Amino acid sequence: MSTATATLDRPVKAVAADEGRIGLRANLRHIGALARRNMLQIKQDPESMFDVLLMPVIFTLLFVYVFGGAVAGKGNQQEYVNYVVPGLMAMMGMNIAMAVGTGINDDFKKGVMDRFRTMPIARSSVLIAKIVVELGRMMIATLILLGVGFALGLSIHTDVLHLLGAIALAAVFGASLMWIFILLGLTMKTPQAVQGVAMLVLMPLQFGSSIFAKPTTMPGWLEGFTKVNPLSNLADAARAMINGGAVAHSVWITLAWSVGITAVTAPLAVARFRKKT
Amino acid sequence: MTTRLSEKGAAVEVRGLVKHYGQTKALDGVDLDVRQGTVLGVLGPNGAGKTTLVRVLSTLVKPDAGTARVAGYDVLRQPRQLRRVIGLTGQYASVDEKLSGRENLYMIGRLLDLPSRQAKARADELLERFSLTEAAKRPAMQYSGGMRRRLDLAASMIGEPAVLYLDEPTTGLDPRTRNEVWEEVQRMVGEGATVLLTTQYMEEAEQLASELTVIDRGRVVANGKVAELKAKVGGRTLQIVPSDPGRLTAMAAAISEAGLDGIDGVAVDHAAGAVNVPIVTDGQLTAVVGLLAARGLAIAHIGTHLPSLDEVFLAITGKKTDSGTPVEPAAPANSKEEVTV
Repeated sequence: MSTATATLDRPVKAVAADEGRIGLRANLRHIGALARRNMLQIKQDPESMFDVLLMPVIFTLLFVYVFGGAVAGKGNQQEYVNYVVPGLMAMMGMNIAMAVGTGINDDFKKGVMDRFRTMPIARSSVLIAKIVVELGRMMIATLILLGVGFALGLSIHTDVLHLLGAIALAAVFGASLMWIFILLGLTMKTPQAVQGVAMLVLMPLQFGSSIFAKPTTMPGWLEGFTKVNPLSNLADAARAMINGGAVAHSVWITLAWSVGITAVTAPLAVARFRKKT
Repeated sequence: MTTRLSEKGAAVEVRGLVKHYGQTKALDGVDLDVRQGTVLGVLGPNGAGKTTLVRVLSTLVKPDAGTARVAGYDVLRQPRQLRRVIGLTGQYASVDEKLSGRENLYMIGRLLDLPSRQAKARADELLERFSLTEAAKRPAMQYSGGMRRRLDLAASMIGEPAVLYLDEPTTGLDPRTRNEVWEEVQRMVGEGATVLLTTQYMEEAEQLASELTVIDRGRVVANGKVAELKAKVGGRTLQIVPSDPGRLTAMAAAISEAGLDGIDGVAVDHAAGAVNVPIVTDGQLTAVVGLLAARGLAIAHIGTHLPSLDEVFLAITGKKTDSGTPVEPAAPANSKEEVTV
């Protein structure tokens, strides 16, 4: 510690008045510029779209034809399409959310994050831009999923509005999951570690749910687990919105989960991003 | 340039800055000032704390103690305002490798709130200036090391920052590219930028900086003008090239055995084909020349130079710029006073 600091004789008032806040419009513009960056990255590396393009095709074919007969009874594949496709909408969101975590982790190895963090932009905008682009990817995956579903005989028993509602609900829940994986991506040391931990969480959540099979066919303890698993709620909600049935309960629970997850993990992720050295 | 500070004084003021990482004292009470419109060279070996200093000054790392102000803004209390006046070029290129040069610069322009058209114009202007126009559309990952570093510098210049941090801007570059980067830095300074430059290359500090702060293990061990620092170490080196290269050792022996007053440590520099004689006074210079004339040892070239910054560092810290530090071979000093015989 040394002598008193000789301050710059810069007009003090101007400094006090300028709090450096970033207005909403500027913030949206920054998010736009950063989202554009994420899209350009995809353009440069088209292989990064493989998961979005192929996963819905492979999973739908696999589950309908390999397990469909076993789950729904031989010859009932048609019925199973309408059961599993809405469920896969829930799964798509989770798988893409996982990729966000590994992507963020990888991004941090690059100096460009240092540049973003030394620029006069809200630090959350970097993360939000990522989520915006990933939601776009998720929408593409969902459309492909529905396309394959229709090809295999998926029929909408409700109306387009309900279908859009199901897609929107999956997107809202997917976005909340992305915050979890961003937090994970900012915490773990390597993308591989992020993937490892994510898989560990993902597998039981995906399969211990109503996505692929009716929980009533499972042992009691597992059935209990599927009831508290938010993926079951989302799958049930999407199913009801496509096949008809009581919607409200599972939609509200899914929305509550989404809000809860976001409220807890988003501030933690932004704080983590801010402090990360 | 829009955001240049109009006031005279220190653009960067650092007082008692401390940052510890566990047991490692990356910064252990650093004081320094960068006067407006000047280049301060922060010189030190690997691990001296240079990068931590830059990261504190660019709001990436919070100090444990001490204060730092940049353009009057406190790093801890006014980080958002501070980020508006700084530009950073790190040791590792901080551009998006998957984006083209132009896309990178455009993105940064947009993040700095330039309207789209202006951001494009500024990107093209800087690409032109940094000789990257031809490569503008290629992704940065295909750039050579030097091109990347130039793109990085260009990125830091988009907002015309009042204060620019260059953290080891030429580490890992070949000499030709290094010279290109130096030219750009000199040009920026000519346009009025205040620069804090960290480097482990003595030659670089000598080339670019007007003042130097030497740090070692998180502490300032010396500071002042480049020439002052050199003078502090004292003495000059007299370098003599014999007409007959074969008589190099004979000449060295003749000088060291003559027992001239205060002359000690005569050395043969085989690479330069010269004999180096440390001297303090002009009288000693005359005595050496007289001796060689009397012995009939012809001189092709003779000159004196101030000690190199390597020698300065050694004299100040009592150790070599050590282990793994890629110190440049002592530069042919600028301050050479030459006498051709």
